[in-house]
Amino acid sequence: MAINPDQIIKFSPTHRLQWEEVQQKDVILYPEGMVELNQSSAEILKLCDGSRNLERIIADLEQKFETTGLKDDITGFLEVALKNGWIQQH
Amino acid sequence: MAGYNNIKITPPRWLLAELTYACPLQCPYCSNPLDYAKYQSELSTDDWKRVLTEARKMGAVQLGFSGGEPLTRQDLPELVRHARELGYYSNLITSGYGLTEDKIIELKQAGLDHIQVSIQASSQELNDHLAGTSSYFHKKEVAHLVKKHGYPMVLCVVIHRENIHQMPQILAMAEELEADYLELANTQYYGWAHANRDLLLPTQEQFKAAEQIAQAYKEKVAGKMKIYYVVPDFYEDRPKACMNGWGTTFLTIAPDGVALPCHSARDLPGLDCPDVKAFSIEQIWNESKAFNFFRGQDWMQEPCRSCDEKDKDFGGCRCQAYLLTGDMYGADPVCAKSPDHHVIEQAIASAEATAKMTVTEKPLIFRNSKNSRKFSTENS
Repeated sequence: MAINPDQIIKFSPTHRLQWEEVQQKDVILYPEGMVELNQSSAEILKLCDGSRNLERIIADLEQKFETTGLKDDITGFLEVALKNGWIQQH
Repeated sequence: MAGYNNIKITPPRWLLAELTYACPLQCPYCSNPLDYAKYQSELSTDDWKRVLTEARKMGAVQLGFSGGEPLTRQDLPELVRHARELGYYSNLITSGYGLTEDKIIELKQAGLDHIQVSIQASSQELNDHLAGTSSYFHKKEVAHLVKKHGYPMVLCVVIHRENIHQMPQILAMAEELEADYLELANTQYYGWAHANRDLLLPTQEQFKAAEQIAQAYKEKVAGKMKIYYVVPDFYEDRPKACMNGWGTTFLTIAPDGVALPCHSARDLPGLDCPDVKAFSIEQIWNESKAFNFFRGQDWMQEPCRSCDEKDKDFGGCRCQAYLLTGDMYGADPVCAKSPDHHVIEQAIASAEATAKMTVTEKPLIFRNSKNSRKFSTENS
């Protein structure tokens, strides 16, 4: 599934993104299931708050981590996230 | 409670809170113990809150409110609120019986994340027959209301010989109800399902036909509805990785406060399953005899001990090994490598012979207190 670059991206209202102290990890929670996230995936998802489109998410993360060239990694991960229903674009 | 120090203990992730054995339904495949009627006492609200707090502190994050029918507990909204404050993801596993729109709203406000509604069949007649209660139309109404109030909706249908022919209609019903997830749970033959196995176990042909229909549908509804298909392990040649390994992930608390490594474990002899009224969850998880009993691989016998798949399936299910062979240390007889595998073949043959009879001699034993008390007396 492809990300529409113009549309804003928001985290799914039927999933929950949460920091787990014992695991020292962010996780996605959904009916009877859990996905453990690495730090970069969690940073991307936290910006899917319904106010940013793809370009904005890339720009904000590149600024936050003072780096460039994150576009392919971020787009790739968001495509997976969209396919799994963790994020929405409508 | 010493001598287990060599095994690395992982924290619990999943807490199954069986709030009560009370249930208005009488499903003949219920996973509660046959003699549930003898466990009359139920944990208090304060005990449950303490259990939730202690398990959460250890790392449990997925929480199932189950039973029996958890809605019969009047303190359910209070427990849900406590769970939300602690950061659990709360799942209500319900028959839907007695669930009103007001209650759905109240639970949502208390912080409930998800409601799983079970339906017994795709037709009113069969649903109400299997449930032993007139409930079909109400369940469908509940499914609509769950969606309406923004919960992810999981429809659960337990599959067996009485309803497996309805697979196409069950799938269509789930799509029509706009389920986000459909759990097609082939019956696991413990408890009441074990007692009714000759009448419930589908033939291999029936199972294969139904599986094909479900798999094809999976593609049709991809992106809309996720289908979880629980395979019937009797038709597999390797056992399931039961509980993701004993004492690694799952913690079940029975209505009376007994802590169990899996919900059938109270039937295993000599485990001395601990009571949450006497011990903390940390003591129970880390130190109790029951939770350490089958941790790791030291308990394994052949063929498991030298098997190159033991890290994958952990020798299968201890309760199934005990139930079908009387030896809880043996390989799960579902495994083709098990010297006891013939008991599975016999069970399949016996169910098939029963299926071919035009008139069956023994009727389904429904799960109710009267039948449960009968089982209790037979075994005492």
